[in-house]
Amino acid sequence: MSVDVRHEALQTVTKPLQVEERRQGAPILAVKKLRTCFDTYRGQVRAVDGISLSVRPGETVALVGESGCGKSAAALSIMRLVPPPGRITGGQVIFDGQDLLALSRAEMRRIRGRRIAMVFQDPLTALNPTLRVGAQLVETLATQGAARGRAARQRAVALLDAVGIPAAAERMRAYPHELSGGMRQRVVIAMAIAGQPDLVIADEPTTALDVTLQAQIMELLAKLKEERGLAILLITHDLGIVANFADRAAVMYAGQIVAEGPVADLVREPLHPYARGLLRCVPRLGRPDVPIHPIHGSVPDMVAPPAGCRFAPRCPEAMPQCRQEMPVLKRQPPTARTIRQNSEGESLARGGTVRRVRCHLHPGEGGNGR
Amino acid sequence: MWVRFVGRRLWQTAPVLIGVSLIVFLTMHLTPGDPIEHMLGRAGSVTRAQIEELRAHYALDRPLPTQYALFLGKAVTGDFGPSYSQGRPVVEVITERLPATLELTLFAFVIALAVAIPAGALAALRPHRLFDRTATVVALLGVSMPGFWLGIVLMILLGLRLHWLPISGRIDWALAPESITGMNTVDALLAGDGAALRSALAHLILPAITMAAPMAAMVTRMVRSSMIGVLGQDFVQFARARGLPEWRVVGKHALRNALVPTVNIVAIQTGMLLSGNMVIEAVFQYPGIGKLAVDAIAAADYPLVQAVVLLYAVSYVGLNLAADGIQAVLDPRVREARA
Ligand SMILES: Nc1ncnc2c1ncn2[C@@H]1O[C@H](COP(=O)(O)OP(=O)(O)OP(=O)(O)O)[C@@H](O)[C@H]1O
Ligand code: SF4
Ligand SMILES: [Mg+2]
Repeated sequence: MSVDVRHEALQTVTKPLQVEERRQGAPILAVKKLRTCFDTYRGQVRAVDGISLSVRPGETVALVGESGCGKSAAALSIMRLVPPPGRITGGQVIFDGQDLLALSRAEMRRIRGRRIAMVFQDPLTALNPTLRVGAQLVETLATQGAARGRAARQRAVALLDAVGIPAAAERMRAYPHELSGGMRQRVVIAMAIAGQPDLVIADEPTTALDVTLQAQIMELLAKLKEERGLAILLITHDLGIVANFADRAAVMYAGQIVAEGPVADLVREPLHPYARGLLRCVPRLGRPDVPIHPIHGSVPDMVAPPAGCRFAPRCPEAMPQCRQEMPVLKRQPPTARTIRQNSEGESLARGGTVRRVRCHLHPGEGGNGR
Repeated sequence: MWVRFVGRRLWQTAPVLIGVSLIVFLTMHLTPGDPIEHMLGRAGSVTRAQIEELRAHYALDRPLPTQYALFLGKAVTGDFGPSYSQGRPVVEVITERLPATLELTLFAFVIALAVAIPAGALAALRPHRLFDRTATVVALLGVSMPGFWLGIVLMILLGLRLHWLPISGRIDWALAPESITGMNTVDALLAGDGAALRSALAHLILPAITMAAPMAAMVTRMVRSSMIGVLGQDFVQFARARGLPEWRVVGKHALRNALVPTVNIVAIQTGMLLSGNMVIEAVFQYPGIGKLAVDAIAAADYPLVQAVVLLYAVSYVGLNLAADGIQAVLDPRVREARA
């Protein structure tokens, strides 16, 4: 489905952009050694255990990993919306030069929606079931000081139109349950971009949708990214989506980032055994002869994570050292692909060249153990 | 959709009302003792012929189904015959007392909700913290305390010891305003009579609080648990992520959704305010339907008892209908599911 900007009112919403230029600029978001834990009766669940991550304007960074590895906790930490009994215990979230963790509640509230927006996994539960979608969208616009009254209604219709909702003006009166899953997610996305944010955190935006809709929604996000120069932090466990839509990816395991780099490198030459394992779980289209290998075992208990490398109990390549010493995230030599692209002056190619891996098999170039 | 919703709900209440009326009718015939003897109990000696005449007059010599049909036909028009104990039509006795009870119920209702909704919501915001724990203990007391006991304690403390509030009646008789609606506070307001209003309110406070206490306790617990569930839902997080201020997230989005399941409890509890006030009206010598019912039972005044029981049943049904309507207003999914 093509999503074009049909409404004039939207011209004011769209930002002028030079996406490629902005991609090389300073990161809009730089998460540094962020820690978040949940205090449970069993002890502290270290859901996010010192992750560092950055996203530049116009860039899509994927955060991937199995269920329970801490992706949502990381996203909610950036928004400072971790629900109790969770709390952020350390680190920094530098957004546009300021540490969000140091802001007052009121200041943080003005960041939400206006500067950083979020798209949730299940669009049915993300919308208030008792209010019309138009009212919720208008409310968002009014809160963000974008528009009020009639202007807000017009703007809301324009937004619904921009996210590809047919007969947008009529849809304003619909309740969430009266819309299909795909339409609901479009409404959620419309609400996310209503405040013209710089960064959208999309937490599994397509997981609750059926396959045909997944591509549509991802294409919509990609289009909005291009039009508005958005930075996107895309949380997913679907490596197909990562390969198609992300520039860089960070692989999370048990609260830590274990690998990070350009998507092309991750998909073609995964260095980390866990990343390789994730890739082997993905069925190859049209290649039923390529067997799928699930990763054996399950994610570790985050109250008492295993000593040494957290992946060691499941790692097919584990060495004795792995069970004693925690590997650090180390910068790895660039791949042939990135070297070639650099020499061709394409250093701005998707995702840059830097890649880091946390594994004893890859001692890397030393230093930079972020 | 609305027409269908309301029509269907009204239709569904018919069997309930018929069932209740049948039970009310039968209890009169199944209870030991002959109504005519009760009626004549105070009239001294009567002849057998007179009794038979009365039997025929009240159709007591007809088969039960016929009697029931007659009873129902009259009940629908509000005709329950004369009260045995007062010798006046039952309707007259009831309409005379109804405003007093309605007034008291309304006050108790407002007090209960004004306390319970904010208290439940606040407790839910910080579960297991000081406010929540305090509210839990108070609510437990409110539920487990016999209503009349709280009434007596309040009466002794605020009435007899401190002399702050009157302990019985509806109003200082000397101040009673001209009856228009029968509700003293309303009549006083209509007459612009401040002294009467103060007196009426002073008389209402203690019984209203006594009645409101268990309802407030129940509703607080319900709002709390419902609110905790709602606060954990995605749309609340999404509302915050959109930058909505916390008061709006909680007071509008979360509360509205939390109230949907609470409405039923409120309806049931309001029904209990109406029908469960016999003891409290008796304790406070408050001349309402509850006290009337107690007196009617003591006097074996069957027509009056029947009418009061039917009144209670109808009000329960009406309250539940209202609850459904309010839920349908709050939540469009209810509207569709039950239409
Ligand atoms: N409210 C909570 N109370 C206790 N522990 C929690 C809570 N929420 C999350 N956790 C724990 O934090 C860890 C990370 O959870 P998180 O929801 O971030 O995982 P995720 O990577 O988003 O998984 P999924 O793919 O299933 O969404 C898990 O081990 C989970 O058990
Ligand atoms: S450090 Fe050892 S256990 Fe951990 S991923 Fe590397 S090889 Fe496997
Ligand atoms: Mg998640």
